[in-house]
Parts: sequence; structure tokens; C-alpha cells
Amino acid sequence: MTQSYKIRVEGVSKIFGRDPKAAMAQVRAGMGKDDLLRQTDHVLGLHDINLNIHAGETFVIMGLSGSGKSTLIRHFNRLIEPTAGRIVVDGVDVLTLDDRALRAFRRKKISMVFQKFALLPHKTVMENVIYGLLVDGMAPAPARAKGAEQIGLVGLSGFENHYPGQLSGGMQQRVGLARALATDAEILLMDEAFSALDPLIRHDMQMQLREIQARLHKTIVFITHDLDEALLLGDHIAILKDGVLRQVGTGPEILMAPADDYVARFVRDVNRARSVTCGALAVAGVAQGEAVLDAAAPLESAFAALAAADVPIAVQDGNGQFAGVLTRQAVFQALSRQ
Amino acid sequence: MASGFPQFFDIRAFGRALDQGFNQIVARYGETLEAIFLPVLKALLAMEKVLLWLPWWAVLLALSGLAYAASRRWTITCAVAAMVFAIGLIGVWEQAMATIALMVVSTVLAVLVGLPVGIAMSRGTRMQSIALPLLDIMQTMPIFVYLIPFVMLFGPGKIPALLATIVFAIPPVIRLTNLGIRQVDAETVEAVRAFGASPLQILFSVQIPLAMPAILAGINQTTMMALSMVVIASMIGAGGLGYQVLQGIQRLEISSGLMAGLGIVLLAIIFDRIAQSYGQRMQKSLKLEQ
Repeated sequence: MTQSYKIRVEGVSKIFGRDPKAAMAQVRAGMGKDDLLRQTDHVLGLHDINLNIHAGETFVIMGLSGSGKSTLIRHFNRLIEPTAGRIVVDGVDVLTLDDRALRAFRRKKISMVFQKFALLPHKTVMENVIYGLLVDGMAPAPARAKGAEQIGLVGLSGFENHYPGQLSGGMQQRVGLARALATDAEILLMDEAFSALDPLIRHDMQMQLREIQARLHKTIVFITHDLDEALLLGDHIAILKDGVLRQVGTGPEILMAPADDYVARFVRDVNRARSVTCGALAVAGVAQGEAVLDAAAPLESAFAALAAADVPIAVQDGNGQFAGVLTRQAVFQALSRQ
Repeated sequence: MASGFPQFFDIRAFGRALDQGFNQIVARYGETLEAIFLPVLKALLAMEKVLLWLPWWAVLLALSGLAYAASRRWTITCAVAAMVFAIGLIGVWEQAMATIALMVVSTVLAVLVGLPVGIAMSRGTRMQSIALPLLDIMQTMPIFVYLIPFVMLFGPGKIPALLATIVFAIPPVIRLTNLGIRQVDAETVEAVRAFGASPLQILFSVQIPLAMPAILAGINQTTMMALSMVVIASMIGAGGLGYQVLQGIQRLEISSGLMAGLGIVLLAIIFDRIAQSYGQRMQKSLKLEQ
């Protein structure tokens, strides 16, 4: 059963301080985050995180600043070592890898996009994109051919010989994305990759990522503090607060059934008409009338049909299969849960 | 002992033991050390010979060419040419060539030793906490003190002068290499680590290139300190412009002291301009790229 997961995070905790192991024992004995800080001067960064991530999905970890999300994402490629727990990728516990195996893992299997781009300022766009390939020992000529392909994929052809400082923020992050895609890693870590961009560019990048993902089917772990972004991109969303997971589920699940007050407050201001799909509210029943709704379309696309006639309307999935019916009552219920 | 300071141990005996110990080292290892440094001495003499063998205009052209390559500006190139010409004009050409040879060889050796030490320092807090006070001592200890052991080991001559100059001039290149590498953006280093770069790959593809402006500033300071050492080093046989200053003191001739002094100033300006303009150009191109 567990084989179907690409990445499993099992009981990962991270404590910052002089003696994390001792502090970990105290946490296991039941000491809370605040007491730990006050009594032992250790910071509980992450506490007992468990996640299961499927191959080919976009898994969003969201939380506000200080929630531990950037710490958590750095555990996947061991830029940060956990104090306790296991991280299993394709059945291998990455904590058992020695230095050489860990480097090979980072070169071939997992790559990363950073919030502040973290490009090499003294290298050109091309040199930045093929950096991972050269580090892995690929010869320059084939690396450049591959780099040119990736640069084309993110729409930066013609800028190969520019330096990062000569590009706008959005273009720099496209370079960051191309660099991460160039190594053909199956897993892509994105640490608030679009947070530093202005809203229009951010939206473009989100759309571009969805396009690329539809073609490449990477396993993406995406960190964000922006709920709209999480709902737009995430197949599953994990909500993190103070280093503790509060809820894991699909976007509609979290919107429709928040696990606790914190999550409920978090999702209160979301525009459900736009972020809940027709498919999420479809129930078994007999459709009436001619209208057919797309399961992946937002609720607001059903408003016109529902206003025209108060009857159950058919919902179809992407393959044209009947997925259930949507009623005016279900829509109002969903929208009223503020 | 008018001060009546209590004596905890016999400092004179301690001093005698120290002197005797060092004398033994000299007796035992003096020749070996001399043999080790023989290639360095040969390189220094060869360089001096070549500089003196070259016609003056060839040296002038070479230094001006260096200035243009470093700055890409004609004003600096012309100024350097004029200053090299002035060195010949005030009649200290031969001495200046000997000084350039000593300065260049000691700077090159200081950089060859200083860069790895600075890199090692940047890699850990412990290494840094050991090295920093040592560098402080090296820089505050009066320079004359260094002359004593080197003269004892090698006798008066160019090698002890060279080694004393290196010890005196090496701290800036070590300090600034360490500082430059530490100031490289941590996120950039993290990014290349995430792509599986090994520590050596990180060092050579990211840390050293991005620390280059600081390292160059360190090399420039090392050059200037090496040059400022030439007068003192001449007391133990370095020759060159410093020796003429020393002669000026001994013979009470203000003219020869002044001319040699001017020669040192001109050399300092020449090498400082070349190094600085190269550093500025480099920094500008890095900034453009950021």
C-alpha cells in the first residue's frame, strides 16, 4: 500500500537549539512549544509531521510566516536535518544516505525553486540553467542543448547570454524554474516560488506551472502563504501552524469541512464560488433539463443555469462521464458556510 | 628593580633558554631551510636581472599595458606611464627595479599562502577564532622583531628580507579572503547545495568568484604593505630603494633619501592604481549582473 506514495514524511520533528535530542525527549514527554522555549531555550520548529504525497500530484503546504513551512520543505532534500522522524522517497529513507548518495539524490531526483530566485549573479541565464547538469558531470555541449530546450519551455529564448541582474523578477524566476526542470528531477520543491512576484506576473507563472505540470507530471511540493494560490495549484493542501499540521485534504475538503477554528478562520474569506468546483458538490441523482456542467469548472459557472431553472443539473467529468447532479440547494449551502 | 614587581620566575634564565633553543634550531635546520628557499632566491634574482636587462621603455610599456588591461581607461594608463618615466627621471631606476622584484615575489608568495589559509578560515568558526588573534599579533608586533629570527636562520640577505616582508604583508589577503567568502549570499550557496554541488564545487563555482572583489582588495593591501616593508627590509640586505634611504641616513644626505623616498611613493601609486581600477571594474560588472 505504502508503495503508491512517492514521498512519505513520518513523524518528522525539528528542534533548534544547543541540545535538540534532549529537548526532543522533553517534547515527547509532553512539553509544549512555549514551555520548551521558556525553560530550555530550544525552539520547536516542527512537531510530529506526517504526510503522504502521491507521484505526479501537486502538494501544497501552506501556512503563515513562522509556521515552519520553509523549514519543512528543506527536509525533503535534507538541506535541514530533522531531529526525529523519517523521510521516505520511493521507498528509501533519505536520512540513511551518505554524503555522496545525498549529492546524487539532489542531482538526479529532486530539485528546488527558491523564493528569492537564488540565481548565480556572475553566470549567464544559460550557465545558471545548466548548472545542475554540469555539477552532475554532463559535458558542456549536450548540457547547453538541454538548457536551450528548458529556456524555450519557460519562454526565455533569446536571453541565454543575459545576466540575472539584467532581467525582471518574473524572468529571473523563470530561469529558476528552468534550472530546476533541466535536471529532469521527478520531484520539484518550490519554496514560495511566486511570492516575490507582483500579482499579474504571479498569475502568469501559476498558469505556466499548471501547463508544465499537465505535460510533465512531476511530483511538486509547493510552499505558499497564499490560500488562493494553494487552492489553484494544489491537488492536496496541508495547513501548518506553529510547526504542527492542522489539516490535510483537497481544496474543497478544507473549504467545506475545516478541521478546527484556525483553519475555519483561515478559509473564511475565500471566494467559494470561484474556488469550489461543481464536481466537489455533485451528488447522486437524476438530472433534469438540457444543461451540463463541467466537474472541474468553478461553482460560479453554474449560476446562470441554476438561476434559469431550479432542477438538478448534470455534472460531467473530464472524460464526458456523468459525475452526479448539482442542485441550487447544495450551492447555497456551500456558499453560506461563512 | 625599582618598581619592586615580584619575580615569579627567572626571566633572564627563560630568555637565555629561549635564545639557546633557537640557536640550536638554527644550527640544526639552518642549512636545510636555506636549501628549501634557494629556488625562491633564484626566482627573485632572475626577476631582478630581467627587469634590469630590459630597456627602460620596455618596462614602461609593460606597466602601462598592465594598467590599460586592468582599467580600460586611457587617463590611468597615461598617468602610470608618466610615473614610471618619473622614476627614471629622478635617477633611481636600478633600485626601483630591485624593489619591484622583491615586492612582486613576496606578494605572489603571500597570496599563494594567504588564499588557502583565508579559505580554510572561512569554513569554520573554530579555525577563525584561532586565526584572528594570530593575525592581530602579526600586524601589531613591531616589524623589526621579525627580522631577528630570519636573520639568525639565513644570515643577512634577500631571503630573510623576503620572508619578513611576507609575514608582515600576508594578514590582509587572509582576512579579506575569509570575509569575502563569508559574505557570499547564504541563499545562493544553499541553492547550489540543493542541486547537489560538492563543497569543492561550491567553493570554486560560487564562493571564490563572488568573493573576488574582496579578495582583490586584500591583495592590493598586501601589495602596499609589502612595499612599505622595503625600507626596513633593506636593513638586512634587501637592497633596492630602501637601501638608498638607509644610506641617506648613514651619510646624512637628504637628497638621496628624498629621491629614493619619492621612488617608493611613485611605485606605491602605480601598483595601487592598477589594482584598484581592476577591482572597481570587476565590482561594477558584478553589480550590473546582480
